[in-house]
Amino acid sequence: MAETSPGRVAPEQRETWTHNTGFILAAIGSAVGLGNIWRFPGVAYESGGGAFLIPYLVALLTAGIPILFLDYAIGHRYRGAAPLAYRRMRKGMEPLGWFQIMLSFVISVYYAAVIAWSLSYFVFAFDLRWGEDTAGFFVGEYLQVGDPEVSTTIVSAVAIPLVLVWLAVLVILALGVANGVQKVNMVFIPLLAVAFAGLVVRALTLDGAMDGLDAFFTPDWGALTDLSVWIAAYSQIFFSLSIAFGIMVTYASYQRRKANMTSSGLVVAFANSSFELLAGIGVFATLGFLAFQQNVAIDELEGLTGPILSFVTFPAVISQMPGGNIFGIVFFASLVMAGFTSLISILLGVAATVQEKFGLSRRAAAISVSAVCAVISIGLFSTTSGLLALDTVDQFANNVGIVLSAILMTVLVVWVVRKGELLRSHLNAVSTFPLGRWWLALLGIVSPVFLLVMLGQKLVSLIQDGYEGLPAWYIGVFGWGTIAFVSVMAVVLAALPWKGRDEPDFRPWPALEEEHRS
Amino acid sequence: MSTTSVVMMIVAMVVVWGGLVAAILYLRSRPEVVGGPHEDPDLVRDDEERFQQPHPYRDT
Repeated sequence: MAETSPGRVAPEQRETWTHNTGFILAAIGSAVGLGNIWRFPGVAYESGGGAFLIPYLVALLTAGIPILFLDYAIGHRYRGAAPLAYRRMRKGMEPLGWFQIMLSFVISVYYAAVIAWSLSYFVFAFDLRWGEDTAGFFVGEYLQVGDPEVSTTIVSAVAIPLVLVWLAVLVILALGVANGVQKVNMVFIPLLAVAFAGLVVRALTLDGAMDGLDAFFTPDWGALTDLSVWIAAYSQIFFSLSIAFGIMVTYASYQRRKANMTSSGLVVAFANSSFELLAGIGVFATLGFLAFQQNVAIDELEGLTGPILSFVTFPAVISQMPGGNIFGIVFFASLVMAGFTSLISILLGVAATVQEKFGLSRRAAAISVSAVCAVISIGLFSTTSGLLALDTVDQFANNVGIVLSAILMTVLVVWVVRKGELLRSHLNAVSTFPLGRWWLALLGIVSPVFLLVMLGQKLVSLIQDGYEGLPAWYIGVFGWGTIAFVSVMAVVLAALPWKGRDEPDFRPWPALEEEHRS
Repeated sequence: MSTTSVVMMIVAMVVVWGGLVAAILYLRSRPEVVGGPHEDPDLVRDDEERFQQPHPYRDT
């Protein structure tokens, strides 16, 4: 690194966002991902339509934003990726940081595969290569899905874009926070907003679009007394905001010392929800057109969420649309941009952790993390058993892993380590949106209660009903095995000696009353 | 579209997109804390030195 003025070298150089807008756009890039486009519209439609707005906003205000602020506070005060930040909070907390980073690692490995699919479909859109039978094309011709087994047959059509995705990740991570991550988001996020807004405008001019919107917004007030609708709202907010698995801890750790954390967080949270609403309008206007073409009602359509929406239902609509290939190109480009900015955020935490724990340089960390992830990703998800493995790992990593991580995080920080009040003072010292004691009540009581209900319900259903009719050994290996792997690795990695940066004289800034007492 | 769904659509837009606009306006009107906690002059000097470097670097 460059020399500074003679006689005094600025200590331990940590990168930073060049300005608050860079942080905000990167955080929006992280939050706005594939789930906003393919998960929110279907979930809202199935959970009360227009009435879903109420549980959704309640979940945003009582769990989403409070946990987002907690992530920010931890990263900003303790200035490290999750393991270092938790270690600085209290040494025994390091495994929680590793649990979150291992979840990020697992998620990144399959998330990259979905971006690779989007990249392929971006190319397919030029000549509408998926043809008439879009389901058969996706599962059969493109992914070549086989039986639930461990396959070693590589599908090159998936492997090639996957390699490209990992190369792009490597370059961005090696360029660092300001020159890599921030720049990508400064370009992609405005571009994504414009591109997606264009899609929505086009979709609204299609025949049947208004029927689609009608179906989407018609409120079913009865849904409000249904517990599962509330759980769906908390889940959606929770998965969509990228909270509780270390991403936002890392991003916040690169903020300036006097950065306005809470006010920026409000912009990020509402931008994420704004994009979801936009996606809901765009997706349902398009689905309205599909229903119109097929001469059926919206509620008779199938494949309204998840990868099937993007890779089966949408291609079918695109084929029937006048000028469909342009719509398809922009749609899949939007998926790639939304997904890629999220993938980068997931991996930045992993790379920063490797850097901090093992004392590697940024480049060495970027190369080793990308290489390891790429090999696993290509080995596991570009084979003929890729789709099933992906779906199973996703189900467990998200619905069990991240929810567990959030429960541990809120309960441990507020009730065991008892840093809630300190973190509240920290955020209030640097931010212009003041947090009252209500923040601690939401974090310590409301969020964990809802998360426990979510987790309990999920565990019961997974244990009783299994998942998607897959064989028990398969769920054991790829489902429960994922959780076991993440937990064991969290303990093992935390137990390894800390070789990198963790100065014994680190003092959190600003010095606050509570710490002098302890 | 039925009247109720139009109303719900408008309410959703006003609350969610309005919330975004309100959050942006709030941040713009109060971009940083005034005064704020005391910063050690050494820390501030380090920051200034780092801003002279090719990449912006900050404290740990």
